[in-house]
Amino acid sequence: MPQSPAPDEGTPLGRRAVLGLLGLGAVGVVAGSSVQNGLSQMLASVQMRDPTGLTSQIPLGDTWRYYSVTGAVTPRDPADYTLRVSGLVDRPATYSFADLEGLPQTSFDDTFQCVTGWSVPDVPWRGVRVSELLEAASPTDDAVGVRYRSFDGTYTVNMTLAQARADDVLVVLAMYDAPVTHNHGRPVRIYSGSMYGYKSTKWLSEIEVTPDNAPGYWEDRGYPLDGLIEDA
Amino acid sequence: MPEPVDLDRFARAERLVHRTFAVLMVVCIVTSAILYNGALMMAVGHRHVVETIHVWCGFALPVPLLLGAASKAYRTDLGLLNRFTPADWRWLRSRSRRDGTIAVGKFNAGQKINSWLVAGSTGVLLGTGVLLNWPDLVRLSWRAGATFVHDWFALGLGLLVVGHVVYAMRDPEARRGMRTGRVSRRWARAEHRAWADEVTGTDTVGTVDSADRR
Repeated sequence: MPQSPAPDEGTPLGRRAVLGLLGLGAVGVVAGSSVQNGLSQMLASVQMRDPTGLTSQIPLGDTWRYYSVTGAVTPRDPADYTLRVSGLVDRPATYSFADLEGLPQTSFDDTFQCVTGWSVPDVPWRGVRVSELLEAASPTDDAVGVRYRSFDGTYTVNMTLAQARADDVLVVLAMYDAPVTHNHGRPVRIYSGSMYGYKSTKWLSEIEVTPDNAPGYWEDRGYPLDGLIEDA
Repeated sequence: MPEPVDLDRFARAERLVHRTFAVLMVVCIVTSAILYNGALMMAVGHRHVVETIHVWCGFALPVPLLLGAASKAYRTDLGLLNRFTPADWRWLRSRSRRDGTIAVGKFNAGQKINSWLVAGSTGVLLGTGVLLNWPDLVRLSWRAGATFVHDWFALGLGLLVVGHVVYAMRDPEARRGMRTGRVSRRWARAEHRAWADEVTGTDTVGTVDSADRR
């Protein structure tokens, strides 16, 4: 039998390749964050000179991932929109989109950080501070938390009253100097600069002041109730 | 006694491992597309349901690979896939690798490399998947790294699967080998001559090896 290979002939490259890939994966976990930042910056300068737009399709960091926890959410127009501020407050209120546009606006650029690790840096946000709406509603003495509800009919999330009054918590009316898109929660969403993305309720319909700080949708499914972004 | 026309190529245990792994892989790929692609996510929604299916199918993915080790045929083939011979290097470099001049064993060099990459990528995706599923385990920058690694290995593994399916679609006899466990003698001689010579050189009907392969 000329070419019949003995079972132990050759080099055990397979085992080495598998171990090598596992090692590469481990290095990637530890160093991937900085590698990705470097590559994204490099790619950004390439993209500015790329007329075809093809490089923007590369799945390399700084890209939004859109989450929806129900079936398709029915798009809502700003004209049909109302935001209720309710619960343990002296002056419950309902705001139209135009009402919200008429209130003092706050703008800043800040990172959207998902708890699982992905992020989009320097997003321009514009909207009304939640503290402003709470001030107007005047929470009662037994108020502890704030519950955000979505018109998707399912999503809820809480913050403590103190967390909700922070300067970087907005009822967002515009992202990237343009109206909020449907995927981002049109017409109105929450953004909290110090907290993970799951605190930033999309398709916002109600801000309810509550006597407790109860877990919301993702917190019931294992995410921390105190969603503050840890220091890098 | 006439020569049997077909040769035993894959034992039932191996085919079962292949089929289970394939089903889990397809579910992982479909759910990953929904989780990753914005338009699909918005159309399908129900992120938690999709995510739960993805996570559990992902955790289950290595199980058939490990359970397969109970089969002797599977262990033997694993040993063949593991080892790379000088002929494998020649086959890889050859432009006319498909003409049969270089006698190929039970697996060609491309199949061997594919098996290593699939096994290694599955391990990496499992490890990084654990970090993403339980955000308390490691700090944020490592989770960002795990996302980065998970995305790129998923893309790589997806391309390997596509390539694997494309090659299978071109070769009905290879597909029959994985579906029924048997291949024609002619196909074996054309694609895996060294293996065909080896199994036909001995009494393929009555050996222990052949019985185990059923």
